[in-house]
Amino acid sequence: MTERFTKAAARNIFYGGSLFFFAAFVSLTAASHIYVVNTGTDSKGLTDSVARGKHVWEKNSCINCHTLLGEGAYFAPELGNVWIRYGGDKDPEGARAALAGWMAAQPSGIEGRRQMPQFHLTEQEVNDLADFLAWTSRINTQNWPPKISG
Amino acid sequence: MKYESQKVALPYFYGALALFGVQLLVGLLAGTVYVLPNVLSELLPFNILRMIHTNALIVWLLMGFFGAAYYLIPEEAERELHSPKLAYIQFGLFMFGALAAVVGYVFRIHEGREFLEQPTWIKVAIVVVALMFLYNISMTVLKGRRTVITNILVMGLWGIALFFLFSFYNPTNLALDKMYWWYVVHLWVEGVWELVMASILAFLMIKMTGVDREIVEKWLYAIVGLALFSGLLGTGHHYYWIGTPGYWQWIGSLFSTLEVAPFFFMVVFAVKMVLKGGRDHPNKAALLWSVGCAVTAFFGAGVWGFLHTLSWVNYYTHGTQVTAAHGHLAFFGAYVMINLAIFSYAMPHLRGVAPYHQTLNKASFWLMTGGMAVMTFALTFAGVVQVHLQRVMGMDYMTVQAEVAPFYWVRLAAGAAVFIGAVLYLYALLGPVPAGRKTAGMGAAVQPAE
Repeated sequence: MTERFTKAAARNIFYGGSLFFFAAFVSLTAASHIYVVNTGTDSKGLTDSVARGKHVWEKNSCINCHTLLGEGAYFAPELGNVWIRYGGDKDPEGARAALAGWMAAQPSGIEGRRQMPQFHLTEQEVNDLADFLAWTSRINTQNWPPKISG
Repeated sequence: MKYESQKVALPYFYGALALFGVQLLVGLLAGTVYVLPNVLSELLPFNILRMIHTNALIVWLLMGFFGAAYYLIPEEAERELHSPKLAYIQFGLFMFGALAAVVGYVFRIHEGREFLEQPTWIKVAIVVVALMFLYNISMTVLKGRRTVITNILVMGLWGIALFFLFSFYNPTNLALDKMYWWYVVHLWVEGVWELVMASILAFLMIKMTGVDREIVEKWLYAIVGLALFSGLLGTGHHYYWIGTPGYWQWIGSLFSTLEVAPFFFMVVFAVKMVLKGGRDHPNKAALLWSVGCAVTAFFGAGVWGFLHTLSWVNYYTHGTQVTAAHGHLAFFGAYVMINLAIFSYAMPHLRGVAPYHQTLNKASFWLMTGGMAVMTFALTFAGVVQVHLQRVMGMDYMTVQAEVAPFYWVRLAAGAAVFIGAVLYLYALLGPVPAGRKTAGMGAAVQPAE
């Protein structure tokens, strides 16, 4: 580095620049917060059962096998659009029944296939989880994922 | 070692290495489940294994940072630590919390956000531990000599504590939850952790190459400046597909591309300092880890990060094995290696001996780094195939996973190599010191003040 670029200059650029970019980042996330609430997600549809369903999702640490909107572990299928994959956008009751059946049938015990644990969910919990996944499938994800396969 | 209180670093290093062992063992198990899926599926399902694998990693890296700070701050500030006793109590609390969390996970006691699975009481304990630590080092720095290294290090460590507070905020709206979750996760590993990493690297360069402090400190400001200028808005690359506005695709693509810059300059910095410094430091293993850290972080965090960071690429790769490949090499290169570098450097001083088991330590470097490289390539290939079959062809997830199974065998073998390398490293660091190395003669030659 050249002599003209002094340590004091480096220091001032670092502190000044960091403050500037942090302020820019905070402002943009504030704007995004408003966007998420008004446009990105279905705030009106965020019912108590969706909230309870999110808790079911967290309590059983689903994220450490599955991904949800691409985030999580990569050991099991993406679930952000699983509601659509189950046909829930056209036949919600059918998808709900299919989800309940799936949860009840785990673990499959099939040799050589990844095993999903039995979480012993109550009927209410399965319903809440379905509501949560249905709500999640309506998030405006800029058309991600590219295919229904997730 | 100039100051008696630097010794408090020892338990931190031991604790960190113990948890490193836990992380690798559980990682091996998880890698085994990928190829033999029925293993442990009822007793310890994959979600629990992964939780332990990632949490043990994060906690041991933090524990290593704490130890590194306790080691280098007295030397930089030119005074004893404010309170060694508080540092020991802090260690006891932190280690207890870490072990309680791991045991709890085994019994399914956890919360459910990725990496933030610690029950609330442990999160509170982490904040208490962090405050004890920050009080202790801040007092030491305030009363002693201020250097750029301590300024940046302390700033990074305060940032870690500050952004962790977002872990207590869990909105019901999933998109908001995700947006603020990244305030902890991204602003840690692509923000303030880089400050900690760069300042430890700068300390090691001053000590081992003998290059003038003025020059090192100028570099340090430039590197951490680039890290924050790119990394803060670089958070945008996590905001592409989670319900946040479309403008993040432009901001995220631009700024996260620039995130390569600080890692590139860390390589230039490390190599230049080593070439420029005339000093023939006896601890060649520590020097190898330091330069290796900069280089591997450049590939893992820089190159592999850039591979899938542009929004139109990420649209296809997001949440596939490509992400896993990047995650593994980035954490190893940037944060595991900086810890192993400072441990390698500090241990001879802490034990009052000349650098020992150098050949073994260097062998462990090549085995671990080589293993991680192979693992990264295996996961990258798996990811590329997965992207094509699942994201382009639209094939079902489980069918695709069966197609890429051979890569998971390679990954497991690579993981075994890393594990063996780690065992060698542990012996090289903690094993008995050979008779000829038991005086700190050579260490004293490069550190006259000792």
